[in-house]
Amino acid sequence: MNSCAMTAPPAPDAPVVSNRLAKNAMRHASERVIEALLFAAAAVSVLTTVGIVYVLVSESIQFFQSVGLVEFLTDTQWTPLFDDAHFGIMVLISGTLVSSAVALAVAIPMGTVIAIYLSEFANPKVRELAKPILELLGGIPTIVFGYFALLIVTPLLQKIFPELPGFSLLSAGLVMGIMIVPYVASLSEDAMRAVPMSLREGSYAMGGTRLHTALHVVVPAAFSGLAASYILGISRAVGETMILAVAAGMQPNLTWNPMEPAATITSYIVQVALGDLPHGSIGYQTIFAAGLTLLLITLLFNILGQWLRRKFRENY
Amino acid sequence: MQANPNDKQAQIRALIARGKLKDALFAALGIICLGIGLVVIFALVADMAVKGAARFNLDFFLNFASRRATQAGILSAWVGSLLVMLVTALTAVPLGVAAGLYLEEYAKRNWITEVIEINITNLAAVPSIVYGLLALGIFVYTFGFGQSILSAGLTLALLILPIVIVSTREAIRSIPAMIREGSMAVGATRWQTCRYHIIPYAMPGILTGVIIGLARAIGETAPIITIGALTFIAFLPPVPFSELADGTRAGLFDWVMSPFTVMPIQIFNWTSRPDPAFEVNAAAAGFVLMAMVLTMNAIAIWLRYRLRKNIKW
Repeated sequence: MNSCAMTAPPAPDAPVVSNRLAKNAMRHASERVIEALLFAAAAVSVLTTVGIVYVLVSESIQFFQSVGLVEFLTDTQWTPLFDDAHFGIMVLISGTLVSSAVALAVAIPMGTVIAIYLSEFANPKVRELAKPILELLGGIPTIVFGYFALLIVTPLLQKIFPELPGFSLLSAGLVMGIMIVPYVASLSEDAMRAVPMSLREGSYAMGGTRLHTALHVVVPAAFSGLAASYILGISRAVGETMILAVAAGMQPNLTWNPMEPAATITSYIVQVALGDLPHGSIGYQTIFAAGLTLLLITLLFNILGQWLRRKFRENY
Repeated sequence: MQANPNDKQAQIRALIARGKLKDALFAALGIICLGIGLVVIFALVADMAVKGAARFNLDFFLNFASRRATQAGILSAWVGSLLVMLVTALTAVPLGVAAGLYLEEYAKRNWITEVIEINITNLAAVPSIVYGLLALGIFVYTFGFGQSILSAGLTLALLILPIVIVSTREAIRSIPAMIREGSMAVGATRWQTCRYHIIPYAMPGILTGVIIGLARAIGETAPIITIGALTFIAFLPPVPFSELADGTRAGLFDWVMSPFTVMPIQIFNWTSRPDPAFEVNAAAAGFVLMAMVLTMNAIAIWLRYRLRKNIKW
């Protein structure tokens, strides 16, 4: 299809002209076919979304035919595989929220400080060196972080808090925070670098120090970008799976105390998938209901992020 | 109100000194935070290397998983990881590059394009375990691929598709319009322009994105556990045309339907065992996985660095 015009010999006489027109028509047709193929490839991403929503919603509908929505949202026990089955999703949500809160308490301050340092203080050489390090940190597989949390961080924390159990939301959350730092830092830094130089120069001209300028001029100006990076951090934390499955224990536990072990939405899905549940059973359907809950939580945060961005967007 | 000029000067000097001190303190804080990140990477690699040192021999790479920790190896895991990555790359690269090409070079500004773009942004924020649930519902049960290398490869391909698409688009966008105009001015069609100019020039950028995507995919555990990959596999997928146990010959693509395990699942399995002997195996396997992922990431970073340095339009 691509040999036609490029390699066609130069036309010496009249009949070739019409021949070339015919080739043009063919060229046109093959162009259309290629465009359609490329469009189909782009449409795969839309199909993925449709597939995700279809699978989660259709299995959840079957689930909610046997379990009421009110029970799902208000029950304080989560024992779907026991004879006395309870389906209180709040139990799993509490684990997810507590571990995410611990992670964000680490990731947001650290990420913001690193971003401010790299964008406002560091000289270009340090920045060139630091960005790849952050990128490598962000590329470490989560299962390796899980190993780190269970076998290195937990024993260390137990020296400080002797009563800390072998599995806890605290150590999983702390490591999750370290994992999220690179995402928050690099997005925040991009946002701060986009603030025009004239704003900083204005501040310096008024006698502001670097720190003053960073905290009172650059951060407010870049706030919508910072908010977006925090929201991304939250979605990462809420959706993180392996660190929690390895280091936070997998027993459902309605708690707001990070020192306790607890299951999260994601680690529950892993736990069920590791077992051998028959396709179509109620236990099998619970993971889709849990997955739908997870997706709705991340969606909620994303909408919040979009709203924050629009509300605090500064145009220069 | 008559201030002593010396007094005033001293005050201002003190103010400046305080400001500089605060600047220095904050810079130190920034370096400490960066240092924590560096320490974590270093501690991880060092801990795994030291703990796993006892297992670094050829047997570890050539043995199957075993109930006895000292005899257990990662043969089925690394072969599985490699084969799953092969399926992932063969799916995600053509799809991602084609989608990126469409959005940059072909798409008209209309609502369909907008839907696709918003969709790609949102997919990047979907938790990976949700892709696992998608695969469980669609690939494993609806399409009947079962818990196979094919299901896992396709799942990870969908997962890294946004990464490949975004990096392809960025690479294409950095090619100046004059290249396209020059190509079309000598009579090339749109596709010929893409085939002979846009794709080759964007290749290094695309490759960077593909490597980063694959590095992410090779470390992903959650979606593969969700589709129900087994943790204990003591055989390899059938080699094409080899003789099977029942005397027939394996087809060229039989391996894609084979059950499998991958490196992260093997590590997860060993980490969650109470017997500390398996901790050593987990450390050694973790070190191998880290080495794979960090090497891939380092290649990508180096590639991008060279790219920025060398290309001047």
